[in-house]
Amino acid sequence: MREVAIVGVGMTKFGEEWNRGFRDLILEAGSKALEDAHLEGKEIDAIYCGTMAPGPLIGQEHAAALVADWMGLNPVPSVRVEAACASGGVALRQGYLAVASGLYDCVAVGGVEKMTDVPGPDVISTLGGAGDEEWELSFGATFPSIYALMARRHMIEYKTTEEQMAAVAVKNHKHGAKNKYAQFQKEITLQTVLSSKVVASPLKVFDCSPVTDGAAVVILMPLEKAKKFCEQPIQIVASAQASDTLALHDRKSLSEIYATKVAAKKAFEQAKLSPKDIDVAEVHDCFTIAEIMAIEDIGFFKKGEGGKATEDGLTALGGQIPINTSGGLKACGHPVGATGIKQAIEIVWQLRGEANSRQVKDAKVGLTHNVGGSGATCVIHILKNPSGD
Amino acid sequence: MNKVGIIGYGCYVPMYRITPEEIAKIWGEDASKIKSSLNIQRKSVPAIDEDSATMAVEASKNAIQMAQIDPQNIGAVYVGSESHPYAVKPTASILAEAIGATPNLTAADLEFACKAGTAGIQMCMGLVSSNMVSIGLAVGSDTSQGRPNDALEYTAGAGAAAFLIGKHNILAEIEATFSYTTDTPDFWRRQGAEFPSHGGRFTGEPAYFKHVLYATQGLLEKFGYSAKDFDYFVFHQPNGRFPLEAAKKLGIDEKKVLSGLVTPLIGNTYSASSLLGLCAVLDQAKAGERILLTSFGSGAGSDSFAIQLTPQLEEARKKVKKNFAFYEKRQVFLDYGLYVKHRRKLKSL
Amino acid sequence: MANIAITWRRIPEKYCLVGSICRTCSSKYFPLRKFCPKCRRKGKIEKYVFKPYGKIYSYTVVHSPPAGFELESPYILAIVELDEGPRLTAQIVDSNSIEVGDRVEMVFRIIKREDPEGLITYGYKFRKIQD
Repeated sequence: MREVAIVGVGMTKFGEEWNRGFRDLILEAGSKALEDAHLEGKEIDAIYCGTMAPGPLIGQEHAAALVADWMGLNPVPSVRVEAACASGGVALRQGYLAVASGLYDCVAVGGVEKMTDVPGPDVISTLGGAGDEEWELSFGATFPSIYALMARRHMIEYKTTEEQMAAVAVKNHKHGAKNKYAQFQKEITLQTVLSSKVVASPLKVFDCSPVTDGAAVVILMPLEKAKKFCEQPIQIVASAQASDTLALHDRKSLSEIYATKVAAKKAFEQAKLSPKDIDVAEVHDCFTIAEIMAIEDIGFFKKGEGGKATEDGLTALGGQIPINTSGGLKACGHPVGATGIKQAIEIVWQLRGEANSRQVKDAKVGLTHNVGGSGATCVIHILKNPSGD
Repeated sequence: MNKVGIIGYGCYVPMYRITPEEIAKIWGEDASKIKSSLNIQRKSVPAIDEDSATMAVEASKNAIQMAQIDPQNIGAVYVGSESHPYAVKPTASILAEAIGATPNLTAADLEFACKAGTAGIQMCMGLVSSNMVSIGLAVGSDTSQGRPNDALEYTAGAGAAAFLIGKHNILAEIEATFSYTTDTPDFWRRQGAEFPSHGGRFTGEPAYFKHVLYATQGLLEKFGYSAKDFDYFVFHQPNGRFPLEAAKKLGIDEKKVLSGLVTPLIGNTYSASSLLGLCAVLDQAKAGERILLTSFGSGAGSDSFAIQLTPQLEEARKKVKKNFAFYEKRQVFLDYGLYVKHRRKLKSL
Repeated sequence: MANIAITWRRIPEKYCLVGSICRTCSSKYFPLRKFCPKCRRKGKIEKYVFKPYGKIYSYTVVHSPPAGFELESPYILAIVELDEGPRLTAQIVDSNSIEVGDRVEMVFRIIKREDPEGLITYGYKFRKIQD
């Protein structure tokens, strides 16, 4: 197995992009990534595209073929990868495996979602498809309601409070305010979060990530080759994925995402590292409670202490382990398929020293954590800047 | 006729209520006058996710619990209603599936305004006594609509009552039945119309009273009973007044009608109306006592029954905690706005 | 229009809590599984009818309903742990306030009433047991 690196990155602004459709978004992100990698495009051997629901959202299946066509990359093979909200992260893993295996020397991995072309209620129903349609959705469950069920158990078992969950949103908005790509670039107060409308108790509007359009692309090469193309190739030192039951009610525990624990363990083993070696991380905060569980399940904090750690500022820029410097899903936005790739891009910028006012000092090792549904899929990557060695 | 009777019974009334005061407020009426002229205190309102099928299921499960039978032994299911969820697709098959009675049985839906439930009982009696089936289930269940600003809006309630008819372990023997049927246009609803129409005062003498009295007297005469053979009289009860007037016309002591008069508490539950009155009486009557039940369905007809309680009833009753009193006591009051939402009268919805 | 065959296939589970039991390892499953995840091909799976009682394991009040559930909003959605083990997701009805741990019983209710010409989907919801 060869070592793999990211040599180029590019993303669109995330937000309600009325003037740009699916094709425009992927074109912009793809072009930026190729430029960043100093590539013309014909070097690409294969495309992996993570997108959750182009069918219901824009009436388009066969999305991978559309991407190859629109990017002028025919006849290169192109594959669509879907794992609900982890589509991007899983696509990244597929690209990583393709290069590590020796089969391809240059792979483009993108994530994209165009969510604002259909009315709100249709988006809600579509996102619900990340859960169990037959046994959760058909009874009136929504995606927020499923995380709300987890939040309540976390509150009962670990005394996590609504204020601690709100602190996640406040922190991520603070970070997002420094990110020109973020959907929301305004800071918010704890009071704003706590007084926002209840979506599914105890989660309120500001506990939930928004509906967003966006695309993000990374270019992968074997590390050996990458050093010739790129000043600072960022190496993927671990890629791990795990699965768990689709329906939340079938899990052993509702206050953790077991797939995260399994994937994290495998990733740290693969990289020969431990949580304290991570300088910065992008975790899956589709809801505020999700970030609290993530930082516990990955191992940054003990189980049950994620709320307090956030409240005490340990996960903010300048803190013990900055989490979601991009603004996370909450403030940067969550174009479903693109999120996993955006997370990798933020870490690449951090490790290259290109994160501007969001820069974590001396960041050498970063981690991305992407979850599908309520935890049926989890994919974790650990990235390192090898020029530090 | 072989001995045939009720081997189990059950009922269901939704939790929500609305008072005449709330309704009168909207139409600028005098609630106290309405309450006293109709003898009604409140009526039941179904939840948004309830209909005649869901209520029939809970009432039937209570009946099955009382009779302690295997639902697979139910050979016939009839559901009488004027608010079947579908115009075509029987409530009876949904009910049969939900109680575990499928697939070896016959089933059908009935409609005869408020007496479809008792018609079902007669059908089960026939099937059971002829040994075509060993156990039959007859249910009356309704979530009828009252047209806004019509007198019926104060009384149209929701509820269900279920009766298992069989030959073994009879709790209340049905000794006799007598019916009276004519073509009388007192109250009707055309296919597709949302609300029923009625003949106002015509629904009294030529309709309700004529049929209830004729059927009751017909039963007494044909089978050699006299009124004093009965301890309870349960009549169809479109409001809290008509049964009392019927009693008066028949020369019956009003006290014998009161325990079976449930409309003042829950409204007129249409196909379940007289049957819920019967449930209330069965819940308190003693072995050996006799009940006369006469239903009335607009269109029009009445079914009259002579029912005598066996010694087995008192023990069997204890098996079901969810009896009429249980459901009647559960009361959550709605204002007119919530009532309209529950009854899907909001047109944009 | 309704998804007719899917609605029909789920009837035993949604009306009567028919699930499965693996006779090889005694694990009980709801909804029906035709394949025991533990024993896989060695499992002997049979139908099993669950008793309609359980307790609340977690709950939320949904204020932003999905399409088709607007009229009932807000409603309580819960994960109910059946007395015999498996957990399921269902609405809680006729109850103003509930707590984790409350004992509940199954009731048969309308799950979704489609457009005026479509099918009505019935199924399980749960209600707090009153003493």
